[in-house]
Amino acid sequence: MSESTSLIRRISSLFLVIILVTLVMAIVSLYQAFRVEDLNTRINFAMIGATTLAFSAYLLFQSRRKMRRFTIKIQRVVTTILCQKCGFKTIRDFQRGDYIFKETEECPKCNEKMLIASIYREAKEKES
Amino acid sequence: MLPEINWIVQIVWMIFLVVFMFYGQRIQMWLMVKEVEGSLARLKFMRDEGRKAAISNITDLGKPEGDPTAGVDRFLEYVTLAPQNMDPSGVVWKLEHLLDVRDIRFKDEVKIMAPQADEIQMRNLENTLEAALALNVIYKVIRHFYVLGKKTWSFYIIMQLQMVLPLIMREAEAFASALKAFTYGQPIGDGAGALVAAKLMFGHETKNISQDIVVSKVDIEGRKAYVLKAEGPGGNVGKPGEAIKQIIEENGGKIATIIAIDAALKLEGEKPGEVAGGVGVAIGGPGVEQFKVEETVLKYKIPVNAVVIKEDIGDAVSPMRKEIFDAADPAIERVKRVIMERTKEGDSVIIAGIGNTVGIGQ
Repeated sequence: MSESTSLIRRISSLFLVIILVTLVMAIVSLYQAFRVEDLNTRINFAMIGATTLAFSAYLLFQSRRKMRRFTIKIQRVVTTILCQKCGFKTIRDFQRGDYIFKETEECPKCNEKMLIASIYREAKEKES
Repeated sequence: MLPEINWIVQIVWMIFLVVFMFYGQRIQMWLMVKEVEGSLARLKFMRDEGRKAAISNITDLGKPEGDPTAGVDRFLEYVTLAPQNMDPSGVVWKLEHLLDVRDIRFKDEVKIMAPQADEIQMRNLENTLEAALALNVIYKVIRHFYVLGKKTWSFYIIMQLQMVLPLIMREAEAFASALKAFTYGQPIGDGAGALVAAKLMFGHETKNISQDIVVSKVDIEGRKAYVLKAEGPGGNVGKPGEAIKQIIEENGGKIATIIAIDAALKLEGEKPGEVAGGVGVAIGGPGVEQFKVEETVLKYKIPVNAVVIKEDIGDAVSPMRKEIFDAADPAIERVKRVIMERTKEGDSVIIAGIGNTVGIGQ
């Protein structure tokens, strides 16, 4: 299976307008919060600014999530080949046709047929 | 700045509040719809990848004369109807018959699509197609509820869908990983039980018993153990219940104990590859095989023991992770301990390694 990717839809124009309007509101409100002298009005503007800024950031985050590229992770699978006689061991990437207990090439040390002893993938830490 | 700006901001803010008061739920729903849309697009991508993988594998391995696309598309739309259970008596046998018919039909379809594939490749292709079919079904069901929710603009349909999606996505990701495992014939997590049986029967003579099941007679601590698993290395689960039943009948019910080893879903917080023991018939799937064993052991009053290897749904169908592979040896120790504690020398026991044996020989 190929590790192909696809790009899904871009941000809709309506979404963009909402984000822009809330962002402008946030900037204006925060600017006003710094300008006015009355403490109550200042707090009001600061709260309005912070809220609208958070909202526009949330909307932007939502739209960014949808722009991610899709992939299907290819996991590394390894095959361990073991000589039953002398214990010689080799580890290599999995190849099509490998299976556990399959007889493979001869052992470079004692010329006995070696055996696939294990096939597994190494899971990442966070996977558990 | 002009003093009027204060009024403008105040008015805009008031409008903002009023809009949110009346349309807050709609905006929330709109955001949820967008989230579902994102997941649906990912499901579609996985479904398409599954379809592509199936087509390319059939073309590579089966060397069909024509384009297999139409055949694959037909396969992906395949439905299996559950038997009627208004009168539940005998429903297990009806279900078994349906599953047999489905199995034969799938095999025939794969044979037609990939005439040059050998027996092992054929089984792996069948499994690949089944994983692609599962992805197609998941995608279509989610799309159904998404479209229904948008059509009716029902907050509750969309909300339920959005709430359950993380779990469904995990399952879909697992099937997407399974595609590669089946394509290349790599062992999967579900084969943990089969791996344990394979390790026990390695080096012993095997013979076929019931559908796609092999059995070996192994001496374990002075007991005669019938060790069985699905015939590998092709993707296969066989009919272990039927095989166990047959061995019990052949021995006239004189079996001291049965030990079934299978992969089991772990709870969050448990480590993958943890081995646990217990009683009962550890055979997953639709339940037909478990039912057969339960019926037979009840007739002869045979104790049944279970050894399970814990893993999550993602691990079950994706290439076998190291922790699960490493769990095979502790599971064997557990099996031997059960034999030592529950049976005496000269007894006959059945050890059944359950699960898909893809990538595991014997």
